Amino acid sequence: MSGLAAIFAPGLFTSSVVQIAATVCAVVAIVGGAIGVFTVIRGQSFAGEALGDIGTTGESAAYLLTVGPLWGVAAIAVAAAGVMELIGIQRPRGRDVATGIVLGAGLGLAALFIYLDTVYHNTTGATFVIVFGSPFAITSSTIPLVIALSVVALGLTLVLFRPLLLTSISPELAAARGIPVRLVGAGYLLALAIAVALAAFTIGTILSTALLVGPAATALRLTRSPGRAVVVAGLIGVAATWLGILMAYDSFYWPPVGHGWPVSFFIVALILVAYLLAGLPRPRRRERGNGIGPDTAGRPAFDRALD
Amino acid sequence: MNGGRPEAAGGVPILEVDGVSVSLAGKEVLRDVSFVIEPGEFTGLIGSNGAGKTTLFRVILGLQAPGSGRVLVAGRPRSRRNPLIGYVPQKFQLDPDVPLRTRDLVGLGIDAHRYGIPMPARSRRARIEEMLDAVDARAFADQRVGSLSGGEQQRVLIAHALIGRPRLLLLDEPLANLDLRSAHEVVALLARIAEEQRIAILISAHDMNPLLSVMDRVVYLAAGRAVSGTAAEVVRTPVLSALYGHHVDVLRVHGRVLVVAGEAGELADTSDPAHANTQVEIIS
Repeated sequence: MSGLAAIFAPGLFTSSVVQIAATVCAVVAIVGGAIGVFTVIRGQSFAGEALGDIGTTGESAAYLLTVGPLWGVAAIAVAAAGVMELIGIQRPRGRDVATGIVLGAGLGLAALFIYLDTVYHNTTGATFVIVFGSPFAITSSTIPLVIALSVVALGLTLVLFRPLLLTSISPELAAARGIPVRLVGAGYLLALAIAVALAAFTIGTILSTALLVGPAATALRLTRSPGRAVVVAGLIGVAATWLGILMAYDSFYWPPVGHGWPVSFFIVALILVAYLLAGLPRPRRRERGNGIGPDTAGRPAFDRALD
Repeated sequence: MNGGRPEAAGGVPILEVDGVSVSLAGKEVLRDVSFVIEPGEFTGLIGSNGAGKTTLFRVILGLQAPGSGRVLVAGRPRSRRNPLIGYVPQKFQLDPDVPLRTRDLVGLGIDAHRYGIPMPARSRRARIEEMLDAVDARAFADQRVGSLSGGEQQRVLIAHALIGRPRLLLLDEPLANLDLRSAHEVVALLARIAEEQRIAILISAHDMNPLLSVMDRVVYLAAGRAVSGTAAEVVRTPVLSALYGHHVDVLRVHGRVLVVAGEAGELADTSDPAHANTQVEIIS
C-alpha cells in the first residue's frame, strides 16, 4: 500500500483543484482528439497552432478587461478563424499566407495587452499562465462554459463527419457529390477554433497544438479507420492529461520540494512519448501483394513515419 | 456527325450534351460541343492535355455553368448531386498515413453527403461487400487506401462511384498513371460493368488505344471542339484534320492507332512523348 501511496499522493482524489483539472482536461482532450484527426488529415496543423498562439491575444485582453479568460481565447480564435477563411485558407497556396498574416497581427497585439496587464493589474504571473497554462488554476465556475463550447465543437464535427471526411480526402470527389465543400470547410474551421481555444485555455496558448495534433497524429499511426482514430485520439488525450495531472501533483514532493512542476509540461511530454512509441517498428502486418504496380502496401510503420 | 447519332427509338439518352461552350478567364475552353450517350454505352472522351476534357466533366457534373448550350441527364436538366452520375476524379492522392480503409471509402459512396455519423447497418455492410466483390477489391478491403497501388486505387474509386447505383459513370483519365497491365484490368472491369449493369461509361483519356476494343463511341476533343461517332467514323484523317483545323495523319499500326499532327517536315523526335503536344502530336 505504501507503494501505491507514493504514486497516488494523499489528497489526490479529494482535492477539488485536481477534480476540476481532471474534468476539464478530459473534456478538452476528447474534443481535441476528434477535431485533431481532421486537422492532421487536412494538413491544417499550422492553422491550429496559429489559432492557439493567437489565443494569447484574447486571453491577455480578457485579463485586461477582467472577464473570464476562456471567453477571451474563444472569441479571438473564432474571429481569427473567420479572417483566415476570408483570406482564403481553403486554397492550399493561400493557406500558409492567410495563417501567417493573422498570426503575426494577433501576436503583436498580445505583446501590447500583456504589457498593459502588468502595468494596470500587476499580474506578472498571468503571462506564464496564459502562455503555458495551468489546469490547476481553472476555477469551477468555468466548467459550464467548457462543457458548452465542447458540445458545440464536438457536435459540429460529428454532424459534419461524413461530408467533412470526403472533403478532406478529395475536394473534387466531394464537390461532384454536391457537398458544399467551402461551407463544410468553414464549419470545420469553427469547430477547430473552439477546440483550440479550449486547449489553449487548459494547457496554455502555445502548447495547445500539442493536445490537438499530438493525440490525433498518434492515433493515425495506430488505427486504420477514421472513426477509430477519433476514439483512440480522445483516449490518448485523456490518458496523457490525467497522467500529467498525477505526475504534477506528485512533483510537489520533487525538488524544489513544495513547488509542483507545471502540469502542461508533463502533458506535452507524455503526448510526445506516446507519439514516438506509436512510430516504433511493429511486427509487419499481413499485407498482400499481387505484383501489380508499385507496391507501397507492405512498407513498415517506421518507413511510413518518415513521410 | 457533330451532334452524335440520333437517339435510339423509344429510349431517352442518359446524357445529352447540346452545343456547350465554356470560356474560362477569357479563354474559350469548349466551343459548341455536342454528343449523346445512350444507356449502357461505353464512350471514350479522347483528347490531349488541355483539350477541355476536365472542363467538360465539370459541366456535366454541374460544377461549371456553360456559357451557352445545355446538358440533359436522362432527359432532365443537370443538377448538383445528381445520383444518376458517378464520378472518378483525375487527381486522387492519399497519404498512406490517412486512416481510411478501402471499405471506408466505398461506404462513403453511399452516404458521404449525409450529416451525422454513420450507423452500422447490416444492409450498408452487405452493399459494401457486394461492391468490393464487383471490383475485385476484397483482398485489400481492410487496408488503407493510401497504401494501395494506382490500379487498386482506381478500382476502389470505381466502387465508391458505383455504390450509389448511377446510370452514368464519368472517369477522368483513370488510366493516366497506370502500367499497361493495370490499365487493361481497369478497362476490362469497366466494360463488364457497362455490359452487365447497363451503366453508361464516359472515360477520358489522351491515349485511345487501351479503349479501342471496348468503345461503342468516341468523342474526340481538340482545341475545345468535338466530333463524336464510332471510332471508325471519327478516327480518320479527314475528320480529325477538319477538327484540328490543320492536317493530321491517322496511322494504323498493328491494330494500334496513331494520330500524328504537324507538317511533314516538322516530324522531328516523335519517339519522345513530351514533344507530342507541341509540334507533333502522337496518340499512340
